[in-house]
Amino acid sequence: MRHSCLRIFTLAAVALLVAPCRAAGVLDPQGPVAAAERLILINATAIMLVVVLPVIVLTLAFAWWYRASNKRADYRPDWSYSGEIELVVWSIPAMVVILLAGVGWTGSHVLDPGRKLKSDGSPIRIEVVSLDWKWLFIYPDQHIAAVNQLVVPSGAPIEFFLTSATVMNSFFVPQLGSQIYTMPGMTTHLYLLADHLGDYPGISAQFSGDGFSDMRFVVHAVPAPEFDNWLARARSAGPTLDSDAYAQLARTTRNAAPQTYRSVDPLLFSHILQQAMPVAASAPHRD
Amino acid sequence: MGKLTWGAIPIHQPIPMAASLFITFGVLAVLGLVTWKRWWPFLWREWLTSVDHKRIGVMYVLLALVLLLRGFIDAIMMRSQLAIAAGNADGYLPPEHYDQIFSAHGTIMIFFMAMPFVVGLMNFVVPLQLGVRDVAFPVLNAISFWLTASGALLVNISLVVGEFARTGWLAYPPLSELQFSPGVGVDYYLWALQISGIGTLLAGINMVTTILKLRAPGMTYMRMPVFCWTALCSSLLIVAAFPVLTATFGMLLLDRYVGMHFFTIDGGGNCMLFINLIWAWGHPEVYILILPAFGIFSEVIATFSGKQLFGYRSMVLATLAICVLSFMVWLHHFFTMGAGADVNAVFGIMSMIIAIPTGVKLFNWLFTLFRGRIRFEVPVLWAIGFMVTFVIGGLTGVLLAVPPVDFVLHNSLFLVAHFHNVIIGGVLFGAMAGYNYWFPKAFGFTLDKRLGVISFWCWLIGFYLAFMPLYALGLLGMTRRMQHYADLSWQPYLIVAELGAVVILGGIVATIAQLVVSVRTRASRRDLTGDPWNGRTLEWSTASPPPAYNFAVLPEVESLDAFWVMKQKGSARLRERYESIETPSNSANGFVTAFFAVVIGFAMIWHIWWMAIFGVACAAATLLAFGWSERVDHKISGEQLANAERVRLQPLESA
Repeated sequence: MRHSCLRIFTLAAVALLVAPCRAAGVLDPQGPVAAAERLILINATAIMLVVVLPVIVLTLAFAWWYRASNKRADYRPDWSYSGEIELVVWSIPAMVVILLAGVGWTGSHVLDPGRKLKSDGSPIRIEVVSLDWKWLFIYPDQHIAAVNQLVVPSGAPIEFFLTSATVMNSFFVPQLGSQIYTMPGMTTHLYLLADHLGDYPGISAQFSGDGFSDMRFVVHAVPAPEFDNWLARARSAGPTLDSDAYAQLARTTRNAAPQTYRSVDPLLFSHILQQAMPVAASAPHRD
Repeated sequence: MGKLTWGAIPIHQPIPMAASLFITFGVLAVLGLVTWKRWWPFLWREWLTSVDHKRIGVMYVLLALVLLLRGFIDAIMMRSQLAIAAGNADGYLPPEHYDQIFSAHGTIMIFFMAMPFVVGLMNFVVPLQLGVRDVAFPVLNAISFWLTASGALLVNISLVVGEFARTGWLAYPPLSELQFSPGVGVDYYLWALQISGIGTLLAGINMVTTILKLRAPGMTYMRMPVFCWTALCSSLLIVAAFPVLTATFGMLLLDRYVGMHFFTIDGGGNCMLFINLIWAWGHPEVYILILPAFGIFSEVIATFSGKQLFGYRSMVLATLAICVLSFMVWLHHFFTMGAGADVNAVFGIMSMIIAIPTGVKLFNWLFTLFRGRIRFEVPVLWAIGFMVTFVIGGLTGVLLAVPPVDFVLHNSLFLVAHFHNVIIGGVLFGAMAGYNYWFPKAFGFTLDKRLGVISFWCWLIGFYLAFMPLYALGLLGMTRRMQHYADLSWQPYLIVAELGAVVILGGIVATIAQLVVSVRTRASRRDLTGDPWNGRTLEWSTASPPPAYNFAVLPEVESLDAFWVMKQKGSARLRERYESIETPSNSANGFVTAFFAVVIGFAMIWHIWWMAIFGVACAAATLLAFGWSERVDHKISGEQLANAERVRLQPLESA
């Protein structure tokens, strides 16, 4: 009975794991970074399953065969050492780890978040600031800014510089790959690229307080001409992001609606980074 | 009264208020019952002031089981919230409350459930396995326990008076700084853990000293049972890691109380420092918990296979390797901080290397089953359930140790599923195996098997139902600590996870029922031999429950599995003559000191300075008073010992 239970239940577990093959999130990459990371995820899992599956099967098989009621099973109460087996049991995990260490070493270097991506598209620079509880995206070369939405031309590498005006957050677009922390007084550096058109949800992946669940934004990967149109529209609408507007924006809000700014103080990001903006030193009191 | 006002009691919030009332009435009911039944003198004499390592061990485990209930209530509240808070629904817990619940769940389950459980089992078992009469410092042992209990009490007071932290179980700054968490929640967290942390450190020192200095004659290191080895390594890690935790929280307290800038966002503070330090403690902590569990499985699998543990030397070597390596991997908790490719790669590979000794241990258990004669008692079910479950947790753990994989799975529900996979499937299964295995030793009667088996299957099936969907959700891009979510396609998974939590609840109910039924039918399940499982190690050579002095004569150890060999040789157990021995007498030191520790903690949390000074003065006075007083040891004469041994052993030998 014990074993039929287990079987049903392994099947249920497998079904649940296979279900997401409908693919979304990390399993549905839309850029080279995410695609490479998914490949490593699958490869490493496969390498380990080669050992893990037999161990599970052997555990159940030994437990069943050597049950006390099985009179046909060998019983050797004093057998507790075998040099050959010892050699094998140290070697198997060691070999698996050597293989994975190779994957890990090259993967860490090739997919280092700050490593420039090879691409034909011209790169776009974006400065990211996490606020309570929303995302500010500054386009320093286009002189505009947006809140909780990120419009990028597909096929162009995007170079992010990230910081936080308040507590730590983590900038993460699951379908584009690598996340990275935003931390006050520090800049982190990340390259991503969307090579398909589409809208990809982005989140904060580091808990940052009561409004954390709604720190969502959408990445719109659009064709280059449409990106230019969007820039033109943004430049002709919305307020200017000067220090007053920033002080307003930095106030604690939940579920902030997407918004754009027609222009932005070019030194805003470095002021936030150096904590020279008034708001950083006197962040709003959280209820 | 400092910051304390009537407003601290959550009268206007129905759910917290209901919880407070429940807790308050529960505690009052228990205290009332004890008073009404006039149990106080008995409790005071036999338990509250006891310095017997066995009693203290039992109290640790009891504390763990009670706090398991509290932590589980938090868990099922979170699962219920997430099962309904999809799309536009907000669920029934507002973020202000939900954030406290997940913070309390993690804090309680690690510090006040898992830690007391493994420390309690070590306390109970290690001196018995070493063949000695107590730990090295019995009074200190009581102080350690009561300080841990003080911390647990403070965390639960926060339910009734004030609030708990809303920062997650490790209270990362800057979020945990005064600027972003001005309430008392983080202070409850910090003072509770400072007080219990000192208790844990003292327990670690005690255990290391005991194992290094007190062993039965002939018990060389390589004849120690594997559980003692894992207890030694775990305690060494406690001694090395807990001061780091205390210092880190000390700095955060200085930030919060006197306006310093260790981790603040201004004034030159740096939160990365905290995150490095907390994980310099936090990663060894994982092994502090899992190593004793590995030890328990080693004992259980060998005993119920009726066989020596396969590859004892490998096991010892693997344990030592894990102990050392556990300090070299902390950075894998924040690959996403942008440390650079070389640093990430080195720490990733170090983390993978820990999988080698862990894998060796699994194979050794496998080959202990091989050519064994396995009796499917409850402890061995937990052990086999562990072996199957833990390799899955190990696989996902090594996956997360690959930096590029961590970049997409860090902080996701995949991570949450992974660490529950190893902590439930490893630590909790180990603790439950140990509880079922050593219960007859502690109380002299066995636990009900049928209910034990039901409890095991509920936990195992419940675990898979509750956490396999979380692995999937992590891959779908769901991050942890969300109070609600927009993506409706996640909801079915979260409903299955909720169902899993309900099945686990069945396991908890079965465990409680098992205890109640076993106590009520104890007359028929009494074990007079002291050796109900045909055990191999010295704890089974004495009576159940063991007398206060454990062994009338310290056993002479000639090999590994000392008791098994004695039984094979049929060495006579009744002696001609017994030497008189002394056992330490009771001491109220631990209980009284811990009482004042609660006063200090509560006063500091609420900024009631006069009360804090009063508490410190009283705690210091207590320690001094007890330190200077002449201790009278309790003497047991050779004649008394001879009589007790005759009563126990004669029926066994004539049988």
